[in-house]
Amino acid sequence: MESRARRFKSNSEAALANPVLQGNMRTAKGKFVDKRAISIKEIDDFEGTREAAKALRNRVIENLDLWLEKFEEIATARGATVLWAKDGAEICRHVVDIGKQHGIKKAVKSKSMLSEEAGLNLALEAAGIQPVETDLGEYILQINNNEPPSHIIAPVVHKGLDEVADLFHKVHKTPRKTEIPALTREAREVLREHFLTAEMGISGGNFLVAETGSVALVTNEGNGRMVTTLPRVHVVITGIEKVIPTLEDLSTLMRLLPRSATGQSISNYVSVLTGTKAAGDLDGPEHLYFILVDNGRADVVGSEFQDMLRCIRCGACMNHCPVYQTIGGHAYGWVYPGPMGSVLTPLYTGIENAIDLPHAATLCNQCGVVCPVKIPLPELLRKLREKQVEKNLRPWFERVAFRLWAWVASCPTLYGIGTWFAVRYLKWLAGGNQTIPILGAAPEWTRGRDFPAPEGKTFRELYAGRKS
Amino acid sequence: MTSREDILARVRAKLNRNPDNAATGRVAIEATLAARSQGPRPAVNPQKSALVERLIEKSLAYSSTVDQVATAAEAPAAVARYLTGLNLPLKAVVWPELARLDWSGSGLAVQARGAQDVDLVGITGCFCAIAETGTLMLCGSPDTPATVSLLPETHIAFVPASRIVSGMEEGFALARAELGQLPRAVNFISGPSRTGDIEQTIVLGAHGPYRVHLVLLTEE
Repeated sequence: MESRARRFKSNSEAALANPVLQGNMRTAKGKFVDKRAISIKEIDDFEGTREAAKALRNRVIENLDLWLEKFEEIATARGATVLWAKDGAEICRHVVDIGKQHGIKKAVKSKSMLSEEAGLNLALEAAGIQPVETDLGEYILQINNNEPPSHIIAPVVHKGLDEVADLFHKVHKTPRKTEIPALTREAREVLREHFLTAEMGISGGNFLVAETGSVALVTNEGNGRMVTTLPRVHVVITGIEKVIPTLEDLSTLMRLLPRSATGQSISNYVSVLTGTKAAGDLDGPEHLYFILVDNGRADVVGSEFQDMLRCIRCGACMNHCPVYQTIGGHAYGWVYPGPMGSVLTPLYTGIENAIDLPHAATLCNQCGVVCPVKIPLPELLRKLREKQVEKNLRPWFERVAFRLWAWVASCPTLYGIGTWFAVRYLKWLAGGNQTIPILGAAPEWTRGRDFPAPEGKTFRELYAGRKS
Repeated sequence: MTSREDILARVRAKLNRNPDNAATGRVAIEATLAARSQGPRPAVNPQKSALVERLIEKSLAYSSTVDQVATAAEAPAAVARYLTGLNLPLKAVVWPELARLDWSGSGLAVQARGAQDVDLVGITGCFCAIAETGTLMLCGSPDTPATVSLLPETHIAFVPASRIVSGMEEGFALARAELGQLPRAVNFISGPSRTGDIEQTIVLGAHGPYRVHLVLLTEE
């Protein structure tokens, strides 16, 4: 998927001015937050579980090459084919090749953010293979002209019921339904047909278990199970950082992932899939492929951003982010929105291509507090800001302003004179009021709030006055 | 250079890999795999009666329904009662493993095979059940096909009380002990399939069953 992160400012302005989106974001806002807060109380030692999850994710990343070799060895021994992809284009090439090799006409897909990174659906269509998204949210987006998702686990969080009702009426050519269960039933019936006729299933992978060479898939709808049970070919597309050591580690992570994502104690379906259909088996794919994807991940290993590779894609950081809650996911411009997206997008698509994202945060650390694997997101965002300065990527007026500020601030007399004028000017500007509604020098800052007016004396003046 | 080599070479360079630390790293990996260390666990009372109680409580919380009979021999009658209560036909697809039960004695017409789209009711056993979260653990095999718990709108599962364990860890330990290696498909199922994609409103019966009904076999 091509990144539109460069247009973050205009994207978010449009989001703020869109009353339908604002209404839908308000509807969603509290639900995830409240459900998570209740469900984490079921865990006696939630902090200890987070620490354990952090440690086990780090253990793999610190020896990632060796763990990948281990996973490959065991998965291959169980009958899977392990392929590697450097970037999105190579993912597409692999999947299209597999499709051609097995004479595939239709592929049913369970959610895979990596297939979004790769823009896989377009590549499949171009190769004459019909891709069908089967996660309800992803399906809604696909029939709406391949609209991108706005959330990693709730892809249509930005849409309201009305919009979905209109879309189904238009695309399915059925009477317009306004009840959510009726719409869900309609999608179920349309997609059931696809599950039964597709020859290939494509899924992401929540985790790769090295011990058994398995992929673990976590879903609520059951589409993950359909996609990996019915078609004769199954392709797993997943990032190289998704390896975990053992089934015990999977058990630990499963106490955190559903609670952090949807506030469930466990997701309805957790499937641990290993190898191909065995002799006598009545279901399951005859061919299983893993595509292990780099697409920017290898370069993050061993860097100051390595902590980010622990991410288990739960979405808690965006659910709790005041910026995400206000502008929604599309404004971020690429596959991953919210705080994790503001770190991943510059790392995977180039720092210079996502200049505004690390600044799209108040650094309030809500994301850091709720992250199940304790990724210090605000710290990583701050480091990305530093990188921008080091690489001279900030706008010239900002650079000049900060240099000027550094000079003034390191010169006490000058600083004193500057503030002496500033407080008097601001007091005059307030004209006797407590606040200044529009500040000429920072119009954007005062667009959503008022600037408090100073009382007319600097701190130094007041301090000197008190001493005497 | 293949993509595999390219990716691994870059990871190795980033990790300052050399023959010495590779050897140490491999030893550490084997140690981690052998240790199978567990994270903190929520307290689950391991006594049989407590496990039964917790499984029931958590299953209900996940929108499943629960019935109890003493043995598998009584289970077909319980199934017939349940289906009659819902006005569903007394017709089902069952796991081949369960074919030996006397189904026709309770007026049920069953076929032992994998499920197809037209099957309305699927009846399975389970490999074990997990009290911590009210979860069924199903292991696929020719006698226990995965489709039976997936395609029909109603899924009925028999759960012997002796097969209820505390957590996922015990389920995996049981699989290692009894099956040697993991079968192709291990499915953990907690209640009916659901979606919250439209306006975060939970709807049951997304792609899988609308109803999950547990028949606890208290004496087995």
